[in-house]
Amino acid sequence: MIDTTTLWTVILGLGLGSFALRFVFLGFIGNRPLPDWLLRHLRYTAVAVLPALIAPLVLWPAANDGQPDPTRLIAAAVTFGVGYVTKNVIAAMIAGACVMVAGGYLLT
Amino acid sequence: MAGEPAMSSYGRGLRDGLPFLLMVFPFGMLFGVVATEAGLTLTETVSFSVVVIAGAAQFTALQLMNENAPVIVALASALAVNLRMAMYSASLTPHLGATPLWQRALISYFLVDQTYAGSVLEFEKRPGMTTPEKVAYFFGLATPVCPPWYFATLLGAWLGAAIPTELGLDFAVPIAFLAMIAPMLRTPAHRVAAATAALLALGFAWLPYNFGLIVGGLGGMMAGAQAELFFEARRQG
Repeated sequence: MIDTTTLWTVILGLGLGSFALRFVFLGFIGNRPLPDWLLRHLRYTAVAVLPALIAPLVLWPAANDGQPDPTRLIAAAVTFGVGYVTKNVIAAMIAGACVMVAGGYLLT
Repeated sequence: MAGEPAMSSYGRGLRDGLPFLLMVFPFGMLFGVVATEAGLTLTETVSFSVVVIAGAAQFTALQLMNENAPVIVALASALAVNLRMAMYSASLTPHLGATPLWQRALISYFLVDQTYAGSVLEFEKRPGMTTPEKVAYFFGLATPVCPPWYFATLLGAWLGAAIPTELGLDFAVPIAFLAMIAPMLRTPAHRVAAATAALLALGFAWLPYNFGLIVGGLGGMMAGAQAELFFEARRQG
């Protein structure tokens, strides 16, 4: 059982801290121009952070005890392939979801 | 494009954000279930999602509290998981920094993986968008992401253990992000950034508090920036 004081300290602390992280640049820099070298790095934020976030989830899914899982690997490859070729986010999501559903039926 | 009223940008954002429901719902409900099982009341569970709105960080904090970790450890770990939000904030500043302070505060509150990734995808695809259009688009995206997050948490807390957690729904999150990243890889520099980030994140996955993600993210950004300079020089030379 989690102690109520602990719980609310963590909820409020995490809420404030997360807001601070989200606000730090948007709020404090605002309209001031950023140097070129920084802008050049920021252009790659999304294509760097998101792959870093999901690469371990794809290769070592917690739902499979951290072991590579064929269905998830194929679903990831299909999603990526469809997204890369068609540039269509929805088509890619649906393709990946279909592999997961099909894999669930075939393997259970 | 540039002349479109703000309302249609909001509508486009709303439409583009709808598929996120497929990942927000399972993930939010799962949090509701897990939190209830950890002994949290309905109010506590939903407050968690409303105050924090960050799935991965919420799960981290909950798990550590459940293991009786000290408050400071639970807080520091969950905030480390959320460090990427500071990078998102920096990345959106050139697009949204010119808006009034209260709007920037609201945008910051709603800044999550989905609203960030969706906005960047759109802002890069349509460079002619005005600042109000970008703001409208952002809130359009946030509409089917953030309120459903609260609602899904509530639903999960209500239904509790009745929900099977073995449906492969954990994979909704990686699938959705892969689908968004793939179309973003337009230039060689973008591909270098993504590949470097993924490899570094895997190589440094052993670091505590999810720091592998930060190493991968920063390394990928540096690789992308260097690659851009390299390919530009080669084009001109």
